[in-house]
Parts: sequence; C-alpha cells; structure tokens
Amino acid sequence: MPEVAAPPPSDAPIPSHADLFFAFFKITLSGFGGTLPWTRRMFVEQKRWLTAHEFNDLYALCQFLPGPNIVNLTAVFGSRMRGPTGAMAAWAGFLLVPFCVMVVAAVLYERYGDVDAVRRVLGGIAPAAAGLIIATVVKMAAPVFRGVSPEPFVLLATASAIGLMRWPLLWVLIVLAPTSIGLAWWVRR
Amino acid sequence: MKADSDILITLAVQFAIMSMLALGGANAVVPEMHRQAVELRAWMTEREFADMFAISQAAPGPNVMIVTLIGYHVAGLGGAVVATLAMCGPTAVLAHFLGRTWDGFKDEPWRVIVQAGLVPISVGLVGASAIVLTQTTVHNWVAVVMAVATAATAYWTRWNPLWLIGIAGLAGLAGLV
Repeated sequence: MPEVAAPPPSDAPIPSHADLFFAFFKITLSGFGGTLPWTRRMFVEQKRWLTAHEFNDLYALCQFLPGPNIVNLTAVFGSRMRGPTGAMAAWAGFLLVPFCVMVVAAVLYERYGDVDAVRRVLGGIAPAAAGLIIATVVKMAAPVFRGVSPEPFVLLATASAIGLMRWPLLWVLIVLAPTSIGLAWWVRR
Repeated sequence: MKADSDILITLAVQFAIMSMLALGGANAVVPEMHRQAVELRAWMTEREFADMFAISQAAPGPNVMIVTLIGYHVAGLGGAVVATLAMCGPTAVLAHFLGRTWDGFKDEPWRVIVQAGLVPISVGLVGASAIVLTQTTVHNWVAVVMAVATAATAYWTRWNPLWLIGIAGLAGLAGLV
C-alpha cells in the first residue's frame, strides 16, 4: 500500500500514530465553536505537515464526500500519513473528547432537563441555535442565486421537499441529485 | 433484551444511511434526524429534539455530535456509542479509500460537474434544516426576535457564535423567552 499520496513538506517528518491521535485530540480541546480554523493552524502553521495548498485540496475532497466534513478530514489525513491505522488514530483522537462531553451532557440532560432554570436556558439557546443555521444558509445561498442558472430552483425544491413537505431524505435525493447533476452538465455543455 | 438489540440495530442502520446522505455535512441531515426521531419513531418530543440541538450547538466539538445525545436518549450508553459510530464511521472509511484515488480524478470534468450539481442540493438541505429548526424552536415573539437577532449578528459580524449562544442562554434564564 503506498504510504504517502501527498508528501508532506520536506521540513517535517511524517507524524506517528501517536502524533496523529494527540494532534486531533488537542484540536478538540481548543476548538470550542468551530474546529476547522484550529485544524488548519496546527497542520499548516505549527506542525507544517501540509502546505496551505495541500490543506485546501484535502478540504475540497472532504466537501466532496458525504458525512461530517471535519470527521472525514481526520480520516483522509491519517490515512495519507499512516494508512488505515493512521486514519483510525486520527479519527479516534478527534472524536474521543466530543463523545465524552456529549455523554456527560446527555446524563445531565436526562437528570436535570426538567429543572426550571435548565428549561429556561435551553429555551433561550434553542431559537438562537436555529438563528445560527439561518445565517449559515443565507451565506451559503448567496453565490447560488448569482447569475442565471437552474441552481436556485434545485435549492428551493430541496428545501421545500425536506423542510416543508417533510419527505424522506433518501427518496428526495434519489430524484433530485441526478436531476441537479444532469442540469449542471447541461448548462456547461 | 430483544427489544434493546432491535433499537440498537435501528440506530445503527438509520444513522449509517444518514451519514452517506449528509451532502455538505451534518447540518444537512437535521430534518431527517427530526423525521426519524420525532415523527416516525416517537423516540422523543419536539421539545426534547430542540433541546438536544441546542446542546449540540453550545457544546464543544462538531455539530454532528447531536447523534450522541439522540443515541443516549434512546438506548443509554450503548445507544450513544452505536449512533456515534454509525454517523461518523462509514463516511470515514469512504474518505480513506477516496483519499487514495482523489488525485487521479479531482481534475476530471465529471468530478467538477457532480460537485457543481450537489452544491445547490446541500445548500437546500441546510435551508430545510433552518425551516425545521425554526418551526421546532420558535413559539413566541421573543423567540422570533432571538432567532432573527442571532442570525443577523452571525451574518454581519465575525463574533464567535458561542457568545451569541451564551447571551441567548442568559436571556432565557432571565425569563425573557
């Protein structure tokens, strides 16, 4: 199995399994509210495992893949450095802390979720959390609505089918994904 | 114990499917989680789902960790483990294999077209998340103000979203919502 698909910059040694585990472990400790900037900082600026260009290429691949982007990034990076076991080390290092935090949160929630003060705090956070997603979607949608293309119709069809009609995701994607890819091919022909 | 293993299998299968359908990340499948957990299987109420989403946004770590909360709620620690593995495992394996061949196809025209075709879908899915979450969490005018103010601040400033979450939590504690 080829060890390295994208060679790291020459001034840094290839990270060991332990390096991979602890690098991602540390990222989750510092990555309160968004882990991507921290990942980039550690990989490109501190450890110099990747050039800025290589990092962008890695991230492009993770956006192409389905699933949680940042989790995919751990697997791709670990795999490129140390094969399948490297992927597992990076993946586990990244998920360990958030998993434990969430289990503690879940235990506390099941026990104290009905306490009046907890109810009020969560009642305040919930609409704000929805507001964050609204801001995300407005930012993401702006380039889609630029210029003349079928993309806005695909966007609105997807949002209506899932958000308003509440149809099952699998069936909506089976219909809309090939349609949208076909349209993308057709306008670029 | 039969019922317990049945529920773990359901969690594993449903979240594994969802992870493969999560075009553009975890926020894209929030409506499907809601459909499965609240509408289809009655694992939890609307309010509990809204609470779990709020906790996953406020806690450190990626937003995808809402699946750990759902899994724990449904089947305890085993459910938390199964849901997390199912949501974060399959696409990591796919990432491992595609990562090895990516350089071979990243510049191919079909790759560019496929990705271009999937962009409006992934944005539409996050839009659907926004719709579902707003319907689930916004029940009065103060909550409307809270959601709009947070959205506007997150859109026009570069504040860490955690500050907004913190302010919203305090406003809630003070009895404003």
